[in-house]
Amino acid sequence: MGRTPRLSGLAHGAGLDTFQLIVRYAAPIFLLVLVLVFALLEPRFMHPLNLLNLLRQVSISGLIAVGMTFVILTAGIDLSVGSLLALSGLVCAMVSKGGIADRFALEIGASAGNPVYLAAAAAIGVGMAAGFLQGLVVTKLRVPPFVVTLGGLSAFRGTALLVSGGGPISGFDPDFTWWGQGRILTVPVPVILFFVAAVIAHLVLRHTRFGKHVYAIGGNARAAALNGVPVDRVTVSVYVISGFFCGLAAFLLSARLNSAEAVAGSGLELTVIAAVVIGGTSLFGGIGTIFGTVTGALLIGVLTNGLVLLNVSSFIQQIVIGVILVAAVALDQFAAGRRQSS
Amino acid sequence: MTTPILEFRNVSKQYGAIHALDNMDFALMPGEIVGLMGDNGAGKSTAVKLIAGNFQPSAGEILLGGKITRFADSLDARDQGIEVVYQDLALCDNLTAADNVFLGREITRRVGPLRILDYRAMADRAAALFAELKSETRPRDLVRMMSGGQRQAVAIARTRLTNARIVLMDEPTAAISVRQVAEVLDLILRLKDQGVTVVLISHRMPDVFTVADRLIVLRRGQKVADKRIADSSPEEATGLITGAIERA
Repeated sequence: MGRTPRLSGLAHGAGLDTFQLIVRYAAPIFLLVLVLVFALLEPRFMHPLNLLNLLRQVSISGLIAVGMTFVILTAGIDLSVGSLLALSGLVCAMVSKGGIADRFALEIGASAGNPVYLAAAAAIGVGMAAGFLQGLVVTKLRVPPFVVTLGGLSAFRGTALLVSGGGPISGFDPDFTWWGQGRILTVPVPVILFFVAAVIAHLVLRHTRFGKHVYAIGGNARAAALNGVPVDRVTVSVYVISGFFCGLAAFLLSARLNSAEAVAGSGLELTVIAAVVIGGTSLFGGIGTIFGTVTGALLIGVLTNGLVLLNVSSFIQQIVIGVILVAAVALDQFAAGRRQSS
Repeated sequence: MTTPILEFRNVSKQYGAIHALDNMDFALMPGEIVGLMGDNGAGKSTAVKLIAGNFQPSAGEILLGGKITRFADSLDARDQGIEVVYQDLALCDNLTAADNVFLGREITRRVGPLRILDYRAMADRAAALFAELKSETRPRDLVRMMSGGQRQAVAIARTRLTNARIVLMDEPTAAISVRQVAEVLDLILRLKDQGVTVVLISHRMPDVFTVADRLIVLRRGQKVADKRIADSSPEEATGLITGAIERA
């Protein structure tokens, strides 16, 4: 028997032809092409400061996309991420400020609030609790994830508006804002956290029982259950993971903007889902990688940044991202069709 | 005389006023293949679900290895050596053969404080199981790419992980091409070689008469025949199933 050592858990199937290799790596190839094109058209694009800034922008939606990948791999969806980002950010800001009373206190260091780690824990705690709640409704009440998280999208936004009274909460201590604005060896802190999170998520998905169960549930939930996979527990967990990343992203975003507000992250769910899907993760579950999601997030970030530098209208940016999203899925479908018939 | 591995004594199962199974007696011996036949609604699936622990009998006793047993649920029955190969095989198409064999029972190894999947150990063990079943299924291939016979081998290899003593196979040849039926029947014979008792639930007369040692026919919740394959014929079996022959 010929045993070829493979690094990843999912086998790459037999008999891949060149076409299939191109399809498999379509997103990274397209990302490289985009980078080259922008580099040629606009010298400012390749400036290290621009690239680091680009990465910092990507890291917020990228972190949420990492969590979203877990959910979509189980054939679920989390539409609530944008609203949850706003709610977690506000709670984070309120804890940091020690309440809502001095929300407009802008003088740095004057706040009689809580240390930064408590604020971060509050943001992440809110995110995980919201994810847990949604996961429970999905598994115990058997409400489809699309409906549950659509409800979350509305309810969390409403809660955010309610607790904030509509206005922003601004002005944090420097040790708070460092998490969004600081750098370690010139690399922005959120970028480092994004890549660390992506590596850990990859390892969890590929090398733990939990990760294998996530894939199994997306592939065939009934079969997974018949074979003793704790389907409900794993399903709740993926929504908790998504909530965790929403909370972490909310903390980093508040720190970067030195402000939190109830309208933050409006429509972000669409950007995040687009990143995951462009990265090759199937909305039907069971197929996808963190590498793909990181690629998808970078692709959207590079596209937005490059088009801005080229003075292309943001309306056209949205059209381009929409077309790429559909093209990515169409390419996957076409490849799947070829696989079936060959 | 050897003790039966599993025995039904006067087992009945009612759903409300409906008698799905009525005073049923039979015994399964170690290492034999028993064909369980009957028309739709004859009580086959009820009998299977009682053996597999999905249901408990309304009356009567089930004996496992000579001792009266009451399975709490299907996981309990599985712990006691009874495995089911479902008609749709309960496979995850997006995973590899080895992943599917070990689904829910993955082998892990320790790395510091962490437990990570031991892909090599699982692939090696799965390869050994496929070799034992004389199947050419490769552990690292995706199930999505496999033929019906190979998929069946994956589902059967699962039952060998735990050294199941009884394997219930629900219509294993119903959904595959004629070409692959022989492959699946071979797999069933390999199980018998390992000393496993196989209950083959099938509508297909040729399959039962090719591999089974014994034939049990159910009709309207009652056992109407229980005889050696050598003493019966497809014509008789058909008559028993339809009711043209009352009993044999």
